[in-house]
Amino acid sequence: MSAELTQFLLTGITIGAIYALVALGFSIIYNASQVINFAQGEFVMIGGMTTVSLVDGGMPLPLAIALAVVVAAAVGLLLEKLAIERARGASVVTLIIITIGASIFLRGLAQLVWDKNFHALRPFTGSTPIAVFGATILPQSLWVLGVTVLIVAALGWFFGRTLLGKGMLATSHNRLAAELVGVRVKGMLLLAFGLSAALGAIAGILTAPITITSYDVGVMLGLKGFAAAILGGLGSGVGAVAGGLALGILESLGAGFVSSAYKDVIAFVIILAVLFFRPSGLFARRSAERV
Amino acid sequence: MTVWPRLAQARTGGLAVLVLVIALLPLALTNNFYYEVAIQVGLNAIVCVGLNLLIGYAGQISLGHAGFYALSAYTSAILTSRFGWPPGAALVVAIGSAGLVAYVVGRPILRLKGHYLAMATLGLGIIISIVIATEDRITGGPDGMAVPPLALLGFPLAGERVWYWVVGVMLVVAVWLALNLIDSPVGRALRALHGSEVAAQVAGVDPRRYKVMAFVISAVFAAVAGSLTAHYAGFITPAKATFLHSIELVTMVVLGGMASTFGAVVGAAVLTTMPQVLTALKDYEMMVFGAVLMLTMIFLPRGLVPTIGAAFARWRK
Repeated sequence: MSAELTQFLLTGITIGAIYALVALGFSIIYNASQVINFAQGEFVMIGGMTTVSLVDGGMPLPLAIALAVVVAAAVGLLLEKLAIERARGASVVTLIIITIGASIFLRGLAQLVWDKNFHALRPFTGSTPIAVFGATILPQSLWVLGVTVLIVAALGWFFGRTLLGKGMLATSHNRLAAELVGVRVKGMLLLAFGLSAALGAIAGILTAPITITSYDVGVMLGLKGFAAAILGGLGSGVGAVAGGLALGILESLGAGFVSSAYKDVIAFVIILAVLFFRPSGLFARRSAERV
Repeated sequence: MTVWPRLAQARTGGLAVLVLVIALLPLALTNNFYYEVAIQVGLNAIVCVGLNLLIGYAGQISLGHAGFYALSAYTSAILTSRFGWPPGAALVVAIGSAGLVAYVVGRPILRLKGHYLAMATLGLGIIISIVIATEDRITGGPDGMAVPPLALLGFPLAGERVWYWVVGVMLVVAVWLALNLIDSPVGRALRALHGSEVAAQVAGVDPRRYKVMAFVISAVFAAVAGSLTAHYAGFITPAKATFLHSIELVTMVVLGGMASTFGAVVGAAVLTTMPQVLTALKDYEMMVFGAVLMLTMIFLPRGLVPTIGAAFARWRK
């Protein structure tokens, strides 16, 4: 394998891991409510921006990170409690427009709380590139990959082994049936928003030292996360991770070998082609539509 | 008490109100800036009336209509300024090519459902916008390009006051076409699709054919507004091709009220004028805009016109 290809793959996997985290957030909320949360990217922004300003204020990095995740999760909970829950019974499109409103509101709020400038977070542990198979990788990329692996494992354990996680899965399969066997459906929806927001924030914090952050980073990352979730198959955890990695690698290879201006075009053309052959994504749950 | 209900319900009544509003509005438009905003409302309303046929009636989402809008605008711009075509011929070719692209792409894409269709149309819009922003030798890239003025029967169309009437007439024609289509067998087929695709199929409606038809018609409406905007503004940038603009268009339709043609017009009017009013709030503009959008959808989930219409009907009883 040429060093160039290795380099593009490493870059692709790093950015893909971030997309995977955002896509997981989309899938968790979709499972709980059938809604595509267009404010998902804003959680990414809140995570990154809060950490940057807390660190600039003199707070140690680990504490700042923890606090930023809590802030984002709180915003997620508020969004569910104040907006989504009140609009219960509205059509899915209406709920989606509410999340679009929320994303505009949050971007406006971020402009006020912070500013319109770009901010950089210093890397967690140095910035000396590490040589791997003739290519190099930044220590921050290792953090991105390591934390993503940990989170995916933790989510697998949560949804597969704990009662709470199984309750969430049950709710996503059949709300009424879940309620009948004693799952608190309302609580599950709240939990889904809190969890998605926390995941988004973690993605935002991990990537802030690599890509710099600003009040509107959420737009593009949210879009890519949505694309990754769709590519993998909405609602599927494995699909979200696979979709994220695939999208990241496609983009990186496209930018490296074809044209950096057209990297997104290449990625979207391939997504459209995949959807043409698999209209429900790569790892969609097999289900028949009820008539 | 007997005239009002008939006027409020009959589509002719609605159309009459629209014509009346367009005819009387200039009395309130005291300067060129007000005219500019009114023209912008009209152009957005034309797109929304078409998009509503797709979203509100056929029940199919599109997050890529800014793509058709921009495709037509740029085709007009390129044919007239780079190849010296007469604007009228360029307009027809521009609108036709947007419709053709919608037809070719719509056939495979409309097999997808719900959020997958949203993603596919979003991707389509993004592809168009990136191509426009990147091919700078033809499109002028991110800086945009100048567009020569439009001429009607040899008379160049210039000035806000002239354009107000052009756009006003086009909007009335668009609404009239949409209302007629909805009341035709095609409209009934589209609504049947929205209700249940399988049931519609059993009743002899070919889902694919009607979905593609609604997609192409909505793309053509967007294309008409796109080309007119390019000629009216005399300048065009890729900003109008972005997915944020696509989302803005869908938001107008939903806010005004899905499956309501006049709702689409009202939604376009509200969301086009609101940012102009909110600029007074400066830094708070974006926040207030987002908050108003959220609150409207939370408390009026069916949109402005259907909710107010239902309240009016209750009040009469």
